[in-house]
Amino acid sequence: MDVAIVGIGMHPFGRTDGVSGLDQGVYAARQALSDSKLDWNDLQFAYGGSSAAGNADSMVSKLGLTGLQFINVSNGCATGGSALQSAYMAIQSGMFDLGMAVGFDKHPRGAFTVDPEASGLGKWYGDIGMALTPQFFGMKIQRYMHEYGISEDTLTRVAVKNYKNGAMNPNAWRKNAFTYDEVAQSPMVCDPLRKYMFCSPAEGGCAMILCRADQAHKYTSNPVFLKAVAVKTRTFGSFEVFSQSQALDRAGAPSEQASKAAFEMAGIGPEDIDVAQLQDTESGAEIMHMSENGFCADGDQEKWLQEGHTEIDGKLPVNTDGGCLANGEPVGASGLRQVYEIALQLRGGAGKRQVPNKPKVGYTHVYGAPGLSGVTIMTT
Amino acid sequence: MTSIANQIPIAEGLFTWPSNDPRLLGSKCNNCGVVTFPAQAGCPACCGEDTANIEMERRGTLWTWTIQGFLPNRPPYDGPETAETFKPFAVGYIELPNQVRVQSRIKCDDLDQLKIGMEMDLVVEKYVERDGKDIIAYFFEPAGQR
Ligand SMILES: [Zn+2]
Repeated sequence: MDVAIVGIGMHPFGRTDGVSGLDQGVYAARQALSDSKLDWNDLQFAYGGSSAAGNADSMVSKLGLTGLQFINVSNGCATGGSALQSAYMAIQSGMFDLGMAVGFDKHPRGAFTVDPEASGLGKWYGDIGMALTPQFFGMKIQRYMHEYGISEDTLTRVAVKNYKNGAMNPNAWRKNAFTYDEVAQSPMVCDPLRKYMFCSPAEGGCAMILCRADQAHKYTSNPVFLKAVAVKTRTFGSFEVFSQSQALDRAGAPSEQASKAAFEMAGIGPEDIDVAQLQDTESGAEIMHMSENGFCADGDQEKWLQEGHTEIDGKLPVNTDGGCLANGEPVGASGLRQVYEIALQLRGGAGKRQVPNKPKVGYTHVYGAPGLSGVTIMTT
Repeated sequence: MTSIANQIPIAEGLFTWPSNDPRLLGSKCNNCGVVTFPAQAGCPACCGEDTANIEMERRGTLWTWTIQGFLPNRPPYDGPETAETFKPFAVGYIELPNQVRVQSRIKCDDLDQLKIGMEMDLVVEKYVERDGKDIIAYFFEPAGQR
């Protein structure tokens, strides 16, 4: 049973003082319902999540107490992607025909605060100052640059591109396109990554209406079909955030595993993708995720960025909505934002940032602590 | 010189203490030989449950590093600095030959000299003072720094 996305909704990302995270989720849900001309009481189920803004299922008291099955999803940075995958499986199993995946969040300002013991680490690990995600990002790209000859110039180009795309996205947080020099000269945060190469915790909400593919045309004239959804966790030997030690023999990252599984499920390869959203928690992540997801060989990113292959008019536009860099990262909503953008691109509705020549196949990839990845492949 | 009685390790079982030649404590799987740090009962590689504690090498090479450029949030951070006294510090993974790569804070007089592949030695010493006692932690530093 194929699964279609027939409605998409979003509450703008960034900072919205006076509106709770939950209400941003409700707003996104109503947008998605209106996009598919459905009412909340038409839905049979929902999967939803947030990491810092309360229980998603309490949305029912605002949207209507219809008695539907609502399951809360909590899966770190992949919460949104996991909600989508759960909805996908609910329909694919034949148990339901029509439902929603929704995510929202509202994080305090500043870097994410981590509780080491909740992640199975010793208290000492945080005490001594190692429980910080930016350190991991710095160390992973530092090694990658050493092994594959990636320069700081390429790190800067990624950020400049994403802010430029974000400036064309009415829902983005950062609508100012930082210049190359502004990025390259911003303060060093975790060597070699600078301030404007990092995304920040933020707020926002995003929702999707999913249904059986054979019923999609009842709700919309331009459905988008989910050809693959895969979530994978780390295997022994991959270099992941919050590793007190790591094995001498490197193994493939969870993104590689999720990507392979998704391409296999969809029966296509990386060369068939017209537009992609790749997790860009910081510039280095987008660079490494280009190869971990199979789009280029290790080290080719240098050339790809110089030649503009990942620009909106390039051969593989990446993070056309500005990515995490321009949108910030409300953890519960972030993975769904990627799916929203690809759906919009495939529907031809992305306005000033629309990828030319009618893209038909899109890809999303989310990555998060403590080492998990979610990939979707979508077609028109 | 502080007396040993006044020195408390930051966590039990992380390194041998007290000792004139302290070592990190890891575990080795009796089935597949994989080494982990800190010591743990289950093997992350083969899922076996038969592991033995071992002392780790004290010299290794720097595999990757970064510099923590801002004062980490408290909690969980519990270092001695204030916003005024904070200075960026280095963190990295040190590859211990035939064992494992260990994440560690790095004590380095000149952060500009950090380089992948450089030799690093284990040091176990005071991290912070709490309730009149010295909290002892492990660090690595460039070989020959002192
Ligand atoms: Zn083993």
